[in-house]
Amino acid sequence: MTILLAALALALLGLILGGLIGFTAKKFAVETDPRIEEITNLLPGANCGGCGYAGCADYARAIVEDGVSPANCAAATEENFQKIMAAAGQEAAKRERKVAVVYCSGDNHHAVHVALYNGLNDCRAAAALSGGGKGCRFGCIGLGSCARNCPFGAIEIRDGLAIVHSELCKGCGKCTEVCPRKLIHLVPADSKVHVFCNSLDKGPEKRKICTAGCLACRKCVKAYPELFNAQGFLVRARDGANITAEQVAEVKCPTGALQTVESHANLGKGKEGAA
Amino acid sequence: MPSNEWLTITVGAVLVNNIVLSRIMGICPFLGVSKKIKTALGMGGAVIFVMGIASLVTSCLYHGLLSVKLNFTIGSLKVENLDLSFTRILVFIVVIAALVQMVEILLQKFSPILYGALGIYLPLITTNCAVLGAAQLNAESNRGILPSTVYGLCSGLGFALALILFASLRERLELSRIPKAFQGTSIALITAGILALAFMGFSGLVK
Repeated sequence: MTILLAALALALLGLILGGLIGFTAKKFAVETDPRIEEITNLLPGANCGGCGYAGCADYARAIVEDGVSPANCAAATEENFQKIMAAAGQEAAKRERKVAVVYCSGDNHHAVHVALYNGLNDCRAAAALSGGGKGCRFGCIGLGSCARNCPFGAIEIRDGLAIVHSELCKGCGKCTEVCPRKLIHLVPADSKVHVFCNSLDKGPEKRKICTAGCLACRKCVKAYPELFNAQGFLVRARDGANITAEQVAEVKCPTGALQTVESHANLGKGKEGAA
Repeated sequence: MPSNEWLTITVGAVLVNNIVLSRIMGICPFLGVSKKIKTALGMGGAVIFVMGIASLVTSCLYHGLLSVKLNFTIGSLKVENLDLSFTRILVFIVVIAALVQMVEILLQKFSPILYGALGIYLPLITTNCAVLGAAQLNAESNRGILPSTVYGLCSGLGFALALILFASLRERLELSRIPKAFQGTSIALITAGILALAFMGFSGLVK
């Protein structure tokens, strides 16, 4: 008898609570714009924050409610981008695809180690302490803060150097925020040749601590003054300069700091583990 | 109630008999949402909130319905001395789950800011054993409604404290060089064990 009554009481309880939930859900329902959910699904969903909003859902809300342009999302594919534009009812706009490049070629085989760094496995901590194990004050520390901060897994630490896989990079810029040396830059995806060095030291000083630095010999500047620009002891490719791999081969950079994005991505291949 | 009993309830719930580290309840969110301090703070806030109201409601229910002998008649059926206290776990879990669902809906409607801070954590703890455990412990020690609520809030506070401590340890661990065999969950579990050992230092603080 008691069991029967207990079961009855519980069934009654369930009924009452179910009814209450149903009632509150109907009565206090919050109406949301269905487009917000649609656009959230079209966005990449990595919540990288590159657009400046707190994740994809928040950005979708801003696109629908505040009329913000979806072009700030660097990570959405072109197809999804057009769909978002259509869903938000905004005029078509063009986006320029950007990718990250690491302005350093000093992997463990090129950079000279002056110290045994044994501290926190984080570039910012190393930079605050002593600057890591490598001798260069400007180059990649190689502890992988950028790689851990990349929402798309596009950065690999190979042989003590951050390597960007540009086919995976969406250009959100999260890596540039955490690099204490500020040597990761966002560049247009179609500029394929860079001087992969960040050091402002004098040429001979660089030579002592790294065999891959830009010595500012200006070979490239003399050959193609319209493409390269010497800034003190560092040469940079001019903005928007369309440099080909043939021109790179012709210049014959003595240290190899001037190279294509592809050859930088192949640095240290097959040498992993050696330090 | 004398003031030292309040102290026993509060200090006991937060430190001595910490619901995670001493009673080993609510381990799932303890391990699941402790990777970042930010999420740990949100989760901690949500647990304090839910444990507080769950303890209040369940102890009202317990003292009103479950711990008393019920006498009533339905039509010709006359029921005397009906004791439903054995259904207490079932009733508590159903009530807590429904309560959290309703609170979530109400928060979304009336306080979008609070919902933004706690919203995603609320469904995670609807049927959490730490929340049920607090209600159950209240019933077991036959606490009044007010002490029950205070106990619930303090248990939540203890949970939040343990969670935030653990999250800060894990954030630090993230940057350390850990031997391969210990990486990931194993080092987290070892850390949790050491943290629980450290909390044992509080035992004997209150009787």
